[in-house]
Amino acid sequence: MTFMQKLLGAAAGAALLAGAAQAEPGLIIDLGGKFDKSFNESAYTGAQRWKEETGNDYMETELQSEAQREQTMRRMAERGANPVVVLGFANASTLEKVAPDYPDTNFVIVDMVVDQPNVQSVVFSEHEGSYLVGVMAAKASETGTVSFVGGMDVPLIRKFACGYAQGAKDTNPDINVVANMTGTTPTAWNDPVKGGELTRAQISQGSDVVYAAAGGTGVGVLQTAADEGILAIGVDSNQNYLHPGSILTSMTKQVDKAVYDAFQSAAEGNFQTGLQVKDLASEGVGYAMDEHNADLVTEEMQQAVDEAAEKIKSGEIAVHDYTSDDSCPALSF
Amino acid sequence: MDFLTVVQILDSTVRLATPLLLACLAGLFSERAGVVDIGLEGKMLIAAFFSAAVAYSTGSVWLGLLAGVAASMVFGVIHGLASITFRGDQLISGVALNFLASGMTVLIAQDWFAQGGRTPALDGAARFSSIDLPGAGALRDVPFIGPIYDDLISGHTILVYVAVLMVPLSWYVLFRTRFGLRLRAVGENPGAVDTAGISVVRLRYSAVLICGFLCGLAGAYLATGLAAGFVKDMTAGRGYIALAALIFAKWRPWYALGACLLFGLLESIGNRYQSLDLLGLQIPSQFMQALPYILTVVILAGFVGKATPPRAGGTPYVKEK
Repeated sequence: MTFMQKLLGAAAGAALLAGAAQAEPGLIIDLGGKFDKSFNESAYTGAQRWKEETGNDYMETELQSEAQREQTMRRMAERGANPVVVLGFANASTLEKVAPDYPDTNFVIVDMVVDQPNVQSVVFSEHEGSYLVGVMAAKASETGTVSFVGGMDVPLIRKFACGYAQGAKDTNPDINVVANMTGTTPTAWNDPVKGGELTRAQISQGSDVVYAAAGGTGVGVLQTAADEGILAIGVDSNQNYLHPGSILTSMTKQVDKAVYDAFQSAAEGNFQTGLQVKDLASEGVGYAMDEHNADLVTEEMQQAVDEAAEKIKSGEIAVHDYTSDDSCPALSF
Repeated sequence: MDFLTVVQILDSTVRLATPLLLACLAGLFSERAGVVDIGLEGKMLIAAFFSAAVAYSTGSVWLGLLAGVAASMVFGVIHGLASITFRGDQLISGVALNFLASGMTVLIAQDWFAQGGRTPALDGAARFSSIDLPGAGALRDVPFIGPIYDDLISGHTILVYVAVLMVPLSWYVLFRTRFGLRLRAVGENPGAVDTAGISVVRLRYSAVLICGFLCGLAGAYLATGLAAGFVKDMTAGRGYIALAALIFAKWRPWYALGACLLFGLLESIGNRYQSLDLLGLQIPSQFMQALPYILTVVILAGFVGKATPPRAGGTPYVKEK
């Protein structure tokens, strides 16, 4: 080995090291879109906050179609992003395939578990957050019927519905919970017209509080609820501001915090792979209170919800997780 | 199931059938003139976007409606250029327009409003509000007739009534006017029409323009009547259902009304009874949601009889060489 080769080798090594130290995290925004006022927007907000607070940059792309998942993930990894954060359960099968090909890159998947050595799986206890808004819905309902509109009929959305129904029924055993799903294909996330019709059908069945976990379809649900003068509950981000005076509360999922934490831990060098559960106790899920819904939530409601939250944290109330055994004792689908 | 529930289901049927009916009549005009239009979906989508965007910017739903109709008619002209003037494949042109609409709406929406490909929510005068027909409130408490008049007939937006009026109007134009006779002739035997000294190209262009106009109404109804704003791909396949309804209706206006109401009814029942207990047998919600599509196949395959499309449909007209 000549001196020149050694020098070149050392330079390359140094460049690699420098590259590793400066690796930018990457975020792949999912199909709902960056400003979906919900799940994806929350992730984007978290990434932006990290950027502002640390002054570091991150890479970002937005998926345009289902077929781009694998390509986008690979390109992000090949451009040197580390960790690569992907959002949503629909990425699981792709990540399962892509992650082993890039053993030196760490991946983060939100909302699903992928069992690979270089993947961090962040799952939220949506059933616990939904339980809380279910309690509030049952307290707010005057007709004794509350309802739920889901997007695509997948186990994750049933998890929302199931927690909500359990919360409502624990608060008022006589309550009637109507749960509807918009559809069984991805178009179900973007059909506000059908969301509105489902809400009207639920109103005609007596519902006066509707909880929407349906992406873009939820826009139609919240709108119809505001038009028809019933209460609605938003999801993922704090959606209270969309229709002030008509949105009772929002079940919040701290997706922004999950993204922020992933970015930050990688920057500090203590990134951990494996399962991370963000539950009520770790404030991964919760319900939103602000000036837009302050008039709707009475002292008594808030007390009941806070009490339930304490009981869940202490383990006194076990909220059933639909995805654990694909069944729901509180609600039949 | 009590009487009031039935009225509510029918009420929902009317709302859901309206965009289908407008799109179905749009396809009827186009196909009767021999231009197959698979781009109903795309035209509705572009109209939905522009009506919502302009209604939001100007605060007037009427300007929005105008913009939506104009956008849809521009798409109609593009379809005409491709398939009439340049004699391209009508299916390919239609599919291309669908893709164009799906991508372009999100792109422009993102550029104008930066809300992830949707328009801001509309309120007040930027939306069509429901119209209470005279006497609806007074009749409300009359048994039987009251709920029917108050819930079912009154209380829709103006576009619903326009859509219903379009049915006799289309029938009259197509079957009782000279223009209609020529339009139908051009879809059956354009050579004969040309021999009579009437411009095939002009007739077909007027057909695609009428098609664009009606699709524009359908799209505007989705975005400013039913919903309050545009969301990407919000037509959710309604243009294709309208095409199925068109075949089911054997390219006739009154049958189209019936077909669209049937599809609306099926969807409305599917919304209302997502899981049904039938004689102790639990019918899953997936089945209820698939029901409109299953019935489409069954009806089209077996019960509709022979549906004969216009003979010259799908083929561009080439003047004698």
